[in-house]
Amino acid sequence: MAVNLDFGVVLERWPELARGTLATIGLAIAGMVLAMVIGVAGVAVLRSRSRVGRIVVRAFVELIRNTPFLVQIFFIFFALPLAGIRLSPTVTAILALGLNGGAYAIEIIRGGVEAIPPGQTEAGLALGLQPGDVFRRIILKPALRSVYPSLVSQFVMLTLTTSIATSISAYELTSVAQRIDGDTFRTFEVYFTITLIYLAVSWLMMTLFAALSRRVFAYPTR
Amino acid sequence: MIGPQELAFMGKGLLWTLALTAMGFAGGILFGFLVALARVSPIRWLSALARAWIAVFQGTPLLMQLFVVYFGLPLLGLNPPAWVAVAAALTAHASAFLGEIWRGAIQSVPKGQSEAAHALGLRYRARMMDVVVPQALRLSLPATIGFLVQLIKGTSLAAIVGFIELARAGQIVSNQTFKPLLVFGLVGLMYFMLCWPLSLWGKAMERRLAIGQTR
Repeated sequence: MAVNLDFGVVLERWPELARGTLATIGLAIAGMVLAMVIGVAGVAVLRSRSRVGRIVVRAFVELIRNTPFLVQIFFIFFALPLAGIRLSPTVTAILALGLNGGAYAIEIIRGGVEAIPPGQTEAGLALGLQPGDVFRRIILKPALRSVYPSLVSQFVMLTLTTSIATSISAYELTSVAQRIDGDTFRTFEVYFTITLIYLAVSWLMMTLFAALSRRVFAYPTR
Repeated sequence: MIGPQELAFMGKGLLWTLALTAMGFAGGILFGFLVALARVSPIRWLSALARAWIAVFQGTPLLMQLFVVYFGLPLLGLNPPAWVAVAAALTAHASAFLGEIWRGAIQSVPKGQSEAAHALGLRYRARMMDVVVPQALRLSLPATIGFLVQLIKGTSLAAIVGFIELARAGQIVSNQTFKPLLVFGLVGLMYFMLCWPLSLWGKAMERRLAIGQTR
């Protein structure tokens, strides 16, 4: 049995692969930022007095967490034009990634916030801080610090999920690979190569997040 | 509108989703168990191999894993039917994730348990199989159910390699009927009905275990 592999024709296309990798990282970072905003806002609503708000957030979290991302991105891709909103595949992908990641971020951050003793809030209010400041400085920041590892693995997962954006023809690494595959018919070599690139990207993400946590959370806790 | 014919087609897709999940999960349980045991094994190269296996599958997209297995098997001279290739990829994926979940559970069984078994004269095999693993399995159940939900959702990616399961069936029906919102809403609902009860079950079990541990 002779396995006939030719990585040359794939590696020749490295400028396209590099651009695709950057696009993937861009999608991932934009998705993470949106997910963080949704996550924090969602938790704020869950702690608010609005009963309707809490129900909406909980329904959103359950709905997103119990359906596949592929179906979510299709739904958004076809639903928005019907509402008269035309977004590019890239913006649609970011929106889908942000909503998906946001639902998981709400779950994770909520867990961290619930672990903060209520006495902290009371002490903050007793010191005369505004409720918004109490939430931001006394609840949110320590909560984020304690759930940081879970958030990071969720965000690395989000980075890998960007590959599914190829299904709506958004420009990223997997769609670049599909084009190279179409030109060269070196299917296995292409996907093997970009699998290694994804491995490197997720390793890079973890390294960056570790460095970031040393800067953001560099304060004594006790 | 979508008629009985389209619904039957989507029902067939749903059955394939269930079949792929069952195959991936069964294979994942079998190989994941081996991965977990290798990962906690005192033999160094074996645990390094398991660590690498887990790192690769957790660090790359499931979609790529499907592509590489799907297009790689023919290179090895194997030409299995599409469902076998997809099931093989899902099995490998599940083995890494379940292996890591169970590794965590095995290591969270108090060390004293293993030491006591050792003091009673049990060998490694008996120590693991009769003392540590049964306790670890109980601890790992919520996370295992959580992964099962991930796996059900993950089978949808087989649609991208052209395999007709629920998501792909929905795509086809949507293209035929020009009712994307209705069709994808329905497809989403079907996945939700599969996953939600499992999620609730996992959460309830997690709460029960948390109560058990505070005692």
